[in-house]
Amino acid sequence: MALRKTVVVLAVLALAVLPGVPGPGAASAVPGPGVPDLESVAKRLAAPATQEAAILALREVGDPSVGTLLRALKDGALYRWKGRLAILGDDGALKDLAGQPIVDDRGQPVSPAEGQEAIALEERLFGLVQNLLERLEVFSLDRQARQSAAFKLGNSRDLSAIPVLAKALDREADGQVKGAIQEALNRLSLSSPDAAVRARAAQFLGQAWFESSLAQLRIMAEQDEDAEAKQAARAAVRRIEVFLTWRNLTGYLFNGVSLGAVLLIMSLGLAVTFGLMGIINMAHGEMLMLGSYTAYVVQEIFASRYAAHQDYFFLVALPLSFLAAGLVGLALESGIIRFLYGRPLETLIVTWGIGMIFQQSARLYFGDQTSVNSPSWFRGGVEVMRGLIFPWSRIFIVGLSLVALAALYLLLQRSYAGLRVRAVMQNRGMASCLGVSTRKIDALTFALGTALAGVAGCALALIGTVDPEVGKTYIVDAFMVVVLGGVGKLLGAVVASFGIGVSNKILEPSIGGTAAAIYAKVAILALVIWFLQWRPTGFFPAKGRAAEGA
Amino acid sequence: MTQGHSRREFLKASALGIAGAGIAGGLSFPAILRAQEKGPIKVGVLHSLSGTMAISEAPIKEIVLMAIDEVNKAGGVLGRKVEALVEDPASNWDLFAEKSKKLLLQDKVATVFGCWTSVSRKSVLPVFEKNNGLLFYPVQYEGEECSKNVIYTGATINQQATPGIDYLMSPEGGNRKKFYLLGSDYVYPRTTNKILRLYLTKVKKVPESAIAEEYTPFHHQDYQTIVGKIKSFSAAGDAAVINTINGDSNVPFFKELANQGVTADRTPTMSYSFAEVELQTLDVKPLVGHLASWNYFMSLKTPENLKWVKAYKEWAKQHGIADKQAVTDDPMMHAYIHVKLWAKAVAKAESTEVDRVLKALEGLEIQSPVGKYKVDEKNHHTWKPVYIGKIRADGQFDIVWKTKSWVRPAPWSDVTYPGRDCDWSGGGKGSYDMVGGKRVWLSEKQ
Repeated sequence: MALRKTVVVLAVLALAVLPGVPGPGAASAVPGPGVPDLESVAKRLAAPATQEAAILALREVGDPSVGTLLRALKDGALYRWKGRLAILGDDGALKDLAGQPIVDDRGQPVSPAEGQEAIALEERLFGLVQNLLERLEVFSLDRQARQSAAFKLGNSRDLSAIPVLAKALDREADGQVKGAIQEALNRLSLSSPDAAVRARAAQFLGQAWFESSLAQLRIMAEQDEDAEAKQAARAAVRRIEVFLTWRNLTGYLFNGVSLGAVLLIMSLGLAVTFGLMGIINMAHGEMLMLGSYTAYVVQEIFASRYAAHQDYFFLVALPLSFLAAGLVGLALESGIIRFLYGRPLETLIVTWGIGMIFQQSARLYFGDQTSVNSPSWFRGGVEVMRGLIFPWSRIFIVGLSLVALAALYLLLQRSYAGLRVRAVMQNRGMASCLGVSTRKIDALTFALGTALAGVAGCALALIGTVDPEVGKTYIVDAFMVVVLGGVGKLLGAVVASFGIGVSNKILEPSIGGTAAAIYAKVAILALVIWFLQWRPTGFFPAKGRAAEGA
Repeated sequence: MTQGHSRREFLKASALGIAGAGIAGGLSFPAILRAQEKGPIKVGVLHSLSGTMAISEAPIKEIVLMAIDEVNKAGGVLGRKVEALVEDPASNWDLFAEKSKKLLLQDKVATVFGCWTSVSRKSVLPVFEKNNGLLFYPVQYEGEECSKNVIYTGATINQQATPGIDYLMSPEGGNRKKFYLLGSDYVYPRTTNKILRLYLTKVKKVPESAIAEEYTPFHHQDYQTIVGKIKSFSAAGDAAVINTINGDSNVPFFKELANQGVTADRTPTMSYSFAEVELQTLDVKPLVGHLASWNYFMSLKTPENLKWVKAYKEWAKQHGIADKQAVTDDPMMHAYIHVKLWAKAVAKAESTEVDRVLKALEGLEIQSPVGKYKVDEKNHHTWKPVYIGKIRADGQFDIVWKTKSWVRPAPWSDVTYPGRDCDWSGGGKGSYDMVGGKRVWLSEKQ
């Protein structure tokens, strides 16, 4: 609906603008906006005396057909052939201005004569031609190129671009590019000498919330001589500002939720090993790293063997990182950690050492900076409001963390296996008496915790780095979430991670200064310390082995 | 393999050297003294081959060894071979000082080629100054330093950072009017941005309100808020980001930029701290189209550069470096030419004695992969051209702009320290301030 309205507004506008703004070259040789006679344009371009005038005349001719001609002139590929003008193609043969190969009497393609020089472009006109070519990009076949060309023109404050943009708008079929062209047209119209045009443009820009014009509108709202235009600009500024407030709020909220999901997914595993089992696993970060490197290795294998299906590497990597980290966890538990149950201090030191071994091994084997390329479906994002994009990779991580949470919850609370896990954690002796193999449960539970860390590592590789020390950056946050949430409760981890995430992302932009990211982190840590002073057991105190020990 | 081999040779040689020195010292017998001088000239190579900096510094070691090999193949220096003693300070700043002490006092090297980070340079500086050693430093840095015992071949701020601004404000660079200075929180970004802010406001007349400045801790991962700020800052499309983020944090930053739709043609990012070597290890796709400013790019099409790149590729092949990793970049080029500078200076001075070599280095010119290079007559830095490159999908750069000629090195920036300069030539005593038309040496101020 809004689109149709804007189109109507624009059509009116374009009509108003076109005759209203005569460009500097309006009185020149090229008549009207119709298709120019290429042959005569080329002749004028080729003659040194008329070259400059011909280029200036082309400024308002929004016709892509002159693009090839201009590019040839700029690149030194424009030649004379038997009194006609011809363009040298990449294959070394001459083509006529319409792009058809020129053939000689025997039907053979022709090349420029030996030593023949291309038609020269005066050096001082080089920039002008470059500028013109950029302008013609609004007719490019690539929609991205059209869009950014429109944006650049909107920025140029060069009123002679208006007819070109109006023509491009006429031809445009793509809705988004159309929007960009309209934005550009109206931004240019803000500098129009006609006050009514300015006012209409301001009104349009305000109604469609174009943030890009805000700076210009602000100046206009202060300085425009025309009262009506000034009024319109003021209204537009207000509208855009209100929109921006809402948009920023939405943005902060999404950033917070997304950070919360990152925190949640990296601490879910820890909520199992530390929360449920009471093992202080300082190598948890390295289990994450393991998942990231699994993603990297799978990606490299795909790149060398199945390059055509590169994007699907992630689908393989995700379950594989779960398995890999789980298996390593299993080996760790049965090889080392089970001998340390009930000795938290030793566990802490030993797992810390294990973490270092993992770090250095990764450094030796993979080197220092490797990186996982997101599959193409995770590139970019969805534009929820004008100028506010939610990246797909972050949406995916929010989804994945919720799925992992739900799966873990169902496993622990709704399955027979989960019942046995809870039984062992709450009362080992009794569970053992009733025939539960506590040894096996311990091993599998720990493996589950590390496997979850592996999945987290794989997912986080989409937005972050993969390097040997990546675990260090996560471990503190993960422990903070679990401790704050209350050791042993999943719900605690959820509340803590989203709590920390959202408050961090609301604090960060409001702090200001040159190191907001640092201060926001400090503030969050201070808040957590204060909270734990007040409630040492976190949001949701738990009953379990850890609680017994405390 | 080659490592072990050369290590053994080095042990043998140094054992001989020590024995020779012992005899010479004990008997002070001129014939033996001369014989000992005929042995190889020892030079130190001090770059991290392990730890966090290895990724950047290990290729520097390779190129230095290659340059030394070339010098030896051309007959050595003063008729003697040059022998490299490679030390690995393992990205550990204290170890840098220890290793340099060992090289200077125990191995008695003629010069050291080494260091990358500013903190490593600062930690070896007292060692070199106390023992009158000679250090060649190949990396761009924040300036505000001018030691008698260091030759700085990398760029000063005015040879990399400010030309980047000049480009962005030019019509080719899109007439940018607003600048978002973003960096990691340590000395290089802070000093660079301090100078850039002054340069922007004083020289370029950019209002304070059009400059934003922000720092993130090392290994920072979450750039959502900052990219959001950049988006509103650059909404009108006339802004650019000046990036001095260090190392791994560049990955989440550029991924976030791309994902939130901040494109290079709308809001370009000009980076000062990664070059081709680092690019090979990053996911390049989100970076394509963004800019970097250096004194050298591998993609330069000069005959000298093509020859040099080819030579390095061959060297890499012989030394078991994968072809994909055999790229050259700005610090490598500087590391290469500083070996050549030293060799030329020694030949000119007819001695390896530090003071005479330093004297010979004043105003010395040399052919480099980017054309002529010159050591300043006074301040121990070098004159060089500046290039702006646009990142391509293959991890190389398209060169989009270059300075018309050499840029003069200014270790003390004109905007932060007007009137301060550095002179070691003649009776010069290093950095000085001009006070009332007279030089006041900094070293004599305290």
